[in-house]
Amino acid sequence: MPSILAVDDSTSMRQMVAFTLQQAGYEVVEAKDGVEALALAKSRKVNLVLSDVNMPNMDGITLVRELRALPTYKFVPLLLLTTESSPEKKAEGKAAGATGWLVKPFNPEQLLGTIKKVLG
Amino acid sequence: MSIDLSRFRQTFIEESREGLDIMEAGLLGLEAGTCDADTINAIFRAAHSIKGGAGTFGFSTIATFTHLLETLLDQVRSGDRTVTRPTVALLLSSVDVVRLLIDAALAGQPEDDAPTRETAAGLRALLADTPVAGAAAADRLVPAAATGWQIRFRPHAEMLERGNDPTRLLRELGTLGTLRVTPDLSTLPTLDALDPEACHLAWDLELDGSDITAAAIASVFEWVEDECTLTMTALGLPEPGATASAGDAAAPSRPAATAAVAASSAGGEGSSLRVNTEKLDDLVNLVGELVITQSMLGQVGRDFDASKLEHLQAGLAQLERNTRELQESVMRMRMVPISYAFNRFPRMVHDICERLGKRVELRMSGEGTELDKTVIEKIGDPLVHVVRNALDHGLETPADRLAAGKPEIGVLRLSACHRGGEIVIEIADDGRGLPRERVRAKAVERGLIGATDVLTDEQVVDLVFHPGFSTADTVSDLSGRGVGMDVVRRNIKALGGSVELRSRDGQGTTLSIRLPLTLAILDGQLARIGPQTFVVPLVSIVESLKVDPQQMSSITGRAELYRLRDEYIPVLRARELFGLPPEAASDAPALLMVLEAEGRQAGVMVDELLAQQQVVIKSLEANFRAVRGLSGATILGDGTVALILDVPGLIGLTQRGGDQGRPTRTSRDAVAAA
Repeated sequence: MPSILAVDDSTSMRQMVAFTLQQAGYEVVEAKDGVEALALAKSRKVNLVLSDVNMPNMDGITLVRELRALPTYKFVPLLLLTTESSPEKKAEGKAAGATGWLVKPFNPEQLLGTIKKVLG
Repeated sequence: MSIDLSRFRQTFIEESREGLDIMEAGLLGLEAGTCDADTINAIFRAAHSIKGGAGTFGFSTIATFTHLLETLLDQVRSGDRTVTRPTVALLLSSVDVVRLLIDAALAGQPEDDAPTRETAAGLRALLADTPVAGAAAADRLVPAAATGWQIRFRPHAEMLERGNDPTRLLRELGTLGTLRVTPDLSTLPTLDALDPEACHLAWDLELDGSDITAAAIASVFEWVEDECTLTMTALGLPEPGATASAGDAAAPSRPAATAAVAASSAGGEGSSLRVNTEKLDDLVNLVGELVITQSMLGQVGRDFDASKLEHLQAGLAQLERNTRELQESVMRMRMVPISYAFNRFPRMVHDICERLGKRVELRMSGEGTELDKTVIEKIGDPLVHVVRNALDHGLETPADRLAAGKPEIGVLRLSACHRGGEIVIEIADDGRGLPRERVRAKAVERGLIGATDVLTDEQVVDLVFHPGFSTADTVSDLSGRGVGMDVVRRNIKALGGSVELRSRDGQGTTLSIRLPLTLAILDGQLARIGPQTFVVPLVSIVESLKVDPQQMSSITGRAELYRLRDEYIPVLRARELFGLPPEAASDAPALLMVLEAEGRQAGVMVDELLAQQQVVIKSLEANFRAVRGLSGATILGDGTVALILDVPGLIGLTQRGGDQGRPTRTSRDAVAAA
């Protein structure tokens, strides 16, 4: 089963995402900010990264830019969790190399729908 | 698949509360003009997280409200809005509103929406001058009655490098209707010019279906609208002009999360404790070690003979170490930083100063000092009382301060540190100090002292702790009617702590609170008195010495004094106090333990000093009854009960005069029961 790196500084959101994906059979690795996520992603390759945008230490957009620059993550789907109030964040995310985004708030079904679409 | 979100709600609520604390602290800093971009970002991030989580976990009122809050904060963050005092006030009351909403959500009650509406109106009014981007005109592209769509999809060469796979998009389109795919190979380069990492293909697509909207198609291509050229033509329309590019298509409207809010279990709050993961990992490791020791001992025990004695001893030594570490680890888990009790003060000081027209800077230090959760919970109210007192009575108005030649802004220091086995909390102000003459006059008026009594400064200060004493000329709604300080002292004493007040005229007042780190475990010296073992708290032992009968002297009645290096200290005969049989003449008490509490000393005669060890305190009150001179009991390794001496109580007995030697019925019963 594909592995997913879930990045969010909010514990409740991260737990919800991880639990939902695990229930669906994905292997999930969690990180609480961009710095932790980048280190994890370098230590092992995951099939998809799902990251919040607003985080301390390293935000999601910087994380995407850093990951995309790594040869191993050149073609890996990198999704951002954004809110509808920040359309400019979507553009910024895309410019950094994000594959797409998931708009908050979302429910578990929407999350799984998006992930299944991307991972096929 | 249906996922129950309620399991994450508690976490969401806890982290939202933390977020609100961060916002509040940040906002208070904002006002003092010490705010930097990091603080603003932290405030914004907290609001942003609360909003995101609230929407996801089904708290729609919170989500709607925090959206307004977030919008305003975003303007502050991006520099579009300067922060004024009214803005900060409004943001602070917004924090309060979100707290109320969270409490209401937790209790499963409908929230009281009056403050919510009022504050929301305030936020909207403030935001009104900046136009908020309206809901996107999403339905502009809804066609009349198309029977299908013709789509030209030309990915840019670098689409793959964004992690987007064109075949995924085709697959997804296929779910909307019947899809016919024709690849366009015209841009495919020759093999030697082909970049294997670039996308060279394009597609002409025909999507058949009568109810497919342009928005539905646009949403498939939503992520790649800047990475491809897309043209869509509606088929079967009277006018074939309905062409739209994906760039114009608005984001599809997504249904808001509609997770049902399950009634949360009542009263579940307050009893939970967030434990640092590292502490938990330690515990898990220790349990692992314990299991290993257990299996090792089990093996030794299965067919035991004398040759395995060494193994047994090694195993037992290991077990002892495991047990000790496990105990320490569990106790550490109960320890939380005192910031839990301190955090409320910045806001409180701010609000009270607003009301009193005073200007005070709050300086806190040692917030990371850890102490038992139970102690933290009980220390909160006394601290609030003391801080209020300092603001109300201690610190002066700016005018008074200037007149007294002091800086306009008063300073209130709140600090905590570990000292020995205790935690010391100090609340110090640089206000006017305790007006000794007024305290004295008031005490005379109340009949607490005679008009001609000569009192030391310390004794005057001590009057403040008298029940019902208050010097405030007018009763304010803040510090109330002066029922304060005696209650504070009583509460602290009930926790096994002590309070000390120091004051210097015109320079300020300092209140020191000393508390034991934990209420559950005690470092004790075991001592034998007659047949009974007692536990003496290690922190209260000054020294133990061999009794020199020459230095003993009796004064009035049965009180005895021991001369210790030019000082006389009162001596308690524990045998008599606790009704133990008097020692035989031959075996006169060998040792005197000098104990100290609240700055006073007393000696206790014991027969023998035993081991020093940590004991787990069991309440005498709960298991037997409260006993004078004893603060509790414990069970020793051999199963016998040892009684824990209440040192401040015992020393108090010596202060009260000659009755100390007389046994009390209850203490005799306690010893007999033990």
